[in-house]
Amino acid sequence: MSGHHDDGHTHEQNEAELRTKALESLLVEKGIVSTDVIDDVVRAYEQDIGPMNGAKVVARAWTDPDYRERLLKDGTMAIAELGFQGAQGSEIVVLENTPETHNMVVCTLCSCYPWPILGLPPTWYKSEAYRSRAVIQPRAVLSEFGLELDESVEVRVWDSNSDVRYMVLPERPEGTEAMSEEELVGLVKRDSMIGVAKIPSPAPAV
Amino acid sequence: MAPTPDRQISNMPEEVELPRSNGELVFEAPWEGRAFGLAVALNEGGAYEWSEFVSQLSREIKADPSEEKAYYEKWLSGLAGLAVKKGLISEEELSRRTHEYETGERNDDDH
Repeated sequence: MSGHHDDGHTHEQNEAELRTKALESLLVEKGIVSTDVIDDVVRAYEQDIGPMNGAKVVARAWTDPDYRERLLKDGTMAIAELGFQGAQGSEIVVLENTPETHNMVVCTLCSCYPWPILGLPPTWYKSEAYRSRAVIQPRAVLSEFGLELDESVEVRVWDSNSDVRYMVLPERPEGTEAMSEEELVGLVKRDSMIGVAKIPSPAPAV
Repeated sequence: MAPTPDRQISNMPEEVELPRSNGELVFEAPWEGRAFGLAVALNEGGAYEWSEFVSQLSREIKADPSEEKAYYEKWLSGLAGLAVKKGLISEEELSRRTHEYETGERNDDDH
């Protein structure tokens, strides 16, 4: 049953993709490998891999006000300026977190994700629990991620689809005024660009 | 326990080198990452030596000198070929399962 593939969540299902799925499903069924182990492997290798692109975008936006403006106006274009592409013709919209507004991203129907800039989606992003609860109880979900927001902060939840993918521009932490763009890149973690975490202030230099 | 990236996988011989951009691994689509993870996980589980996978991949790459196919398509062919060779699966059941996904007879799609 692939009904939901017709409602804007169309994915290219090419032969290689289908064969990969088939191969994985057979090997898992036979107990030769487990989905969790594959997840762990992918996570280990991509950890400091995929999200780097997004971190560069964020650091540029923090240090270059003109770029920040272009990024918020047309994410796809501004991200392309740094040499990164959108996923198969989908647009990337960048949402700015501020002290008053907190944005978080979900894909309620499957797991659309801006993978060219954030790498592969984390396992929890694809989980039924996150997909269903992010919209209904965003604050509870955020607090499970360790993020407690003040009641006065407005939480906006954005549902991705194959045409539009969202990336969050997190707030620049205090105490980073003297840091270079390159140093800032190292601070930006994936979860902050999905909007389930803030970026902590770096420990003061000794 | 999260596996740590293995140097023999991070640093593959030049002719079979993983696609990278600015030092970072590049997956053109999520399935490529999945195929990557699957090959590494099978190796870690002891299904084959990494060198066996590399020679299988190298054969696929050499068979496509004009580079018509994407790197991970060759990766996948090499992986499927090795899985068959090692008796983990049969080519026939792989084709059947692929067909089931294609027709929607089977669907555990969560991407």
